[in-house]
Amino acid sequence: MAQQTQSLEERALALPRWLRDLVADWSSDQQTFKVNWGKAMMWIFIVSDIFVFGSFLSAYAAARLSATLPWPDPAKVFALHIGESEVPLLLIAIMTFVLISSSGTMAIAVKYGYERNRAKAALFLTLTALLGLTFVGMQAFEWTKLIHEGFRPWANPMGAPQFGSSFFMITGFHGLHVTAGVIYLAVIASQVLRGAYEKIGYQRVEIAGLYWHFVDLVWVFIFAFFYLF
Amino acid sequence: MEHSGEQHHPIRVYLVVWGLLFLLSVMSYLVDFFEVRPRELAWFLITAFALFKAGLIVSYFMHVRFERLSLVYAILLPPLLILALTAFVMAEGGYVFDVRALFFGR
Repeated sequence: MAQQTQSLEERALALPRWLRDLVADWSSDQQTFKVNWGKAMMWIFIVSDIFVFGSFLSAYAAARLSATLPWPDPAKVFALHIGESEVPLLLIAIMTFVLISSSGTMAIAVKYGYERNRAKAALFLTLTALLGLTFVGMQAFEWTKLIHEGFRPWANPMGAPQFGSSFFMITGFHGLHVTAGVIYLAVIASQVLRGAYEKIGYQRVEIAGLYWHFVDLVWVFIFAFFYLF
Repeated sequence: MEHSGEQHHPIRVYLVVWGLLFLLSVMSYLVDFFEVRPRELAWFLITAFALFKAGLIVSYFMHVRFERLSLVYAILLPPLLILALTAFVMAEGGYVFDVRALFFGR
C-alpha cells in the first residue's frame, strides 16, 4: 500500500537511471501522426494488410511463372453462358462494378456522417453493406460453379494445378475481408442510427470507410493481375 | 478541416471519382474482351488502368490527398518494398521453370 501513497514522480525517481531515460524517451507526449488515433491505427493495420496481399500476389506470380503445364485462361474459366453465346468474365465484371459502387456509397456515407445527417449516413452505410453482401454471394456462386467443374486447390481439368491454389487462396482471403467488412459496417450503421457518435464525432465512420475502400483497392489488383492477365 | 480532423468535400468529387472508376474498369475489361495483342501491350494497359484506379481510390475515397505529409509517407513508402519481393520471386519463378523443364522434360 506504500506504493500508492507515493507520487508518480517519486516512483519514477526510484527507477534506475537508464530505465528512467528509456521510459522518458518513449513517453514524453510525443506524437508523430497528428490525426485521430483510431485513424492512425487503421492505417497501420491497412499497411500490414497490404503486405499480406502483396505477398499473395507475389506468390501467385512465382507459381504462374514456374508452372510447366499451360495456365488456364481466366477468360474461359470464368465465362458465363448467356443464351447460346459465352461471355468471358461476365460475373467477375459485375462483381467489380458492385464493389466499386459500394466504395462510392461508402464515401457518401462518410460525407453525410460528418454533416451530422444520421439518417442518410446510416442509409448509405446499409447500402454499402448490402452491396458487399451481394459481392460475397456472387463469389460463393463462382466458387460453387468452379468446384462442380472439378477445380481444386491441387488440381483442375484445364491445366496447371497451381491455378487452383492461387485462386482459392487469394479470392478466399479477399472474400473473408469483405465478409468481415459487411459485419463491421452493419455495427457502425446501427451505432450511427442510435446516435452514438453525436458527442464523440463521426471519425469512426471514416475509419470504417478506410477499411472498406482498402478491400476495394485489393480487388482492383486481383481483378487486373489474376483475372485479366 | 485540419483542426477538427473531419473531411468535408462536395459530393461531386465522389461521383466523378466513381464514374472514372467505372470507366477504367470497363476499359480494362475491353482490353481483355477484344484480346488486344501483342500481350505485352495488353499487360501494360491493364496495369496502367489498375494503378490509375488505385490512385483514385487512395487519393480521394481514402482522403490521402488531404492528409498530413507524415502520415502520407508512412502509408505510401513501405508498400514499395513489395515491388522488390515481386521482382525477386519472378526471377526465381523463371529459374524454377527452367529447372523443371530440364529435369522433368516438359
